[in-house]
Amino acid sequence: MLNESITTRASGIPPGALAKLAGETGGNRRQPVGDSVFAGFAKAAAFTILIALAGVAIFLTVKGMPAFSATESDLDGQSSLLIYVAKLAYGTTLAALLALLIATPLALAVALAVSHYAPGRLASPIGYAIDLLAAIPSVIFGLWGAFTLGKYLTPLYEWLAASSLTNWLPLFHGPASGSGRTILTAAVVLAIMILPIITAISREIFSQTPRLHQEAALALGATRWEMVRLVVFPHARSGIVSAAMLGLGRAMGETMAVAMVLSTQGGLFSLNLISADNPSTIAANIALRFPEAFGTKVNVLIFSGLALFAISFAVNFLARLILTRAGERRAS
Amino acid sequence: MSKSIDICDLDVYYGDFLAVEGINMTIPARSVTAFIGPSGCGKSTLLRSLNRMHEVIPGARVEGKVLLDGQSIYDPEVDPVQVRRMVGMVFQRPNPFPTMSIYENVLAGSRLNNKKLKKAAADHIAEKALKGANLWDEVHDRLNKPASGLSGGQQQRLCIARAIAVEPDVLLMDEPCSALDPISTSAIEDLIHELKAEYTIVIVTHNMQQAARVSQDTAFFNIAGAGKPGHLIEMNPTTKVFSTPDEPATEAYISGRFG
Repeated sequence: MLNESITTRASGIPPGALAKLAGETGGNRRQPVGDSVFAGFAKAAAFTILIALAGVAIFLTVKGMPAFSATESDLDGQSSLLIYVAKLAYGTTLAALLALLIATPLALAVALAVSHYAPGRLASPIGYAIDLLAAIPSVIFGLWGAFTLGKYLTPLYEWLAASSLTNWLPLFHGPASGSGRTILTAAVVLAIMILPIITAISREIFSQTPRLHQEAALALGATRWEMVRLVVFPHARSGIVSAAMLGLGRAMGETMAVAMVLSTQGGLFSLNLISADNPSTIAANIALRFPEAFGTKVNVLIFSGLALFAISFAVNFLARLILTRAGERRAS
Repeated sequence: MSKSIDICDLDVYYGDFLAVEGINMTIPARSVTAFIGPSGCGKSTLLRSLNRMHEVIPGARVEGKVLLDGQSIYDPEVDPVQVRRMVGMVFQRPNPFPTMSIYENVLAGSRLNNKKLKKAAADHIAEKALKGANLWDEVHDRLNKPASGLSGGQQQRLCIARAIAVEPDVLLMDEPCSALDPISTSAIEDLIHELKAEYTIVIVTHNMQQAARVSQDTAFFNIAGAGKPGHLIEMNPTTKVFSTPDEPATEAYISGRFG
């Protein structure tokens, strides 16, 4: 059923039709051994994933539950576990959303340039260069963000905090961080890190736009950009959403880069993106604290991990929902 | 509205490959001209060079002239986008925009020309184009449904409606019935008969009965062999091509004794 729902979604055949077809042909002749072996493998692989997922959820829940008995000293002075986790979850979501906001337009522009604008001999090198970004370890990104990018962004932050154009916004309320190691810097680093995955998926989907439909638009007298808006974007819409959601998931789970840029521990509710007092993220908080944690503190960190697991799950679920809706709209 | 096409010494290249060589012909206004010939003889390539659609393929170019009522469409100052607005095209397989409704499909071209199209004007264009394509009676009560829900023949007539909605001077059709059943084919052929009163129509077809049924003039193309460029063998009134063609090659092809 799982396999079928995937194949039918891709081909647009109504669910059930394949099963019927398989039933009819299966009755007429004996199934070869290879088929049943492969089917067994496929099922086993699918179940392994489910078991691993369930194992993670059970581990996090069991080990996280004792955190409810944590005292204030286990929670860095926070009054309750939920507030402790909520602050970190806020930081996680904020950093990831900012990263997505920066990365998505850039990724779409690059993907479109590669798939539809750049001449052939330029397009593939650009594509490879973007893919190479994914090969850089996150520690490198973290160090670069903390010690190089932060410094370059500091004048911008000072300007944002000083200018009357922007400093009335709670986002740029200052005082600007002297080191530039702010949540905004972390978000820029995250944006660069999620750029390859969003670009790669969007590029793939853009270039899969049926030639027939692109020619239809051009033959009507559409310019290239009009053709892109008329045909390529509508074709790619659900794919763009899923690419962005994958990027969001990566940004939320990213640990080392954020830990190195922010190096602050514990959460904070703050909209201020450019100050030295930053909200931290769940993953970064765990990475920074785990080495010195003991007793209930470990349970608290594991519980925050459970929260991250739940958020990631919700994001992916939402992405699936959007994709399914889009699919149904197209089918109707 | 309707314009004639003059082709002078036209060579069409894909990169270094010469696909069509030395074409000279005049396609009269308000009539149907059929291109026939074996596969690979360059008739589709020539058709696509008449609205500069072949340029979509990287490396494709032409030498020679194509004149639309005396105006060269390959002039350096001429924008291919403008050419395509004057010379509409219908493709081999129906290709309505899958994410758009029937209504929006018909208006897609008009919306490109005029960003702020008023509702009343839009309704008028859509109704006129759909009636022109003999599709109005079948779809007028479901204009906002997706175009993908129509049958193949209806989709192809929708594509014709979309092409004539922008009131082009010429309509190019690249084997418009090859993906359709006989009933839909007959509907499209009837439509071509009606459209020739207003448009210059050029149709590529593999179906010689179809060429005989719908066209006033027929051009026969052939190639000497694989990898050689296609040539125009003969162009004459259709009745003459199908009864007493000038060239023995034409007669051989038409009577089925090809080669």
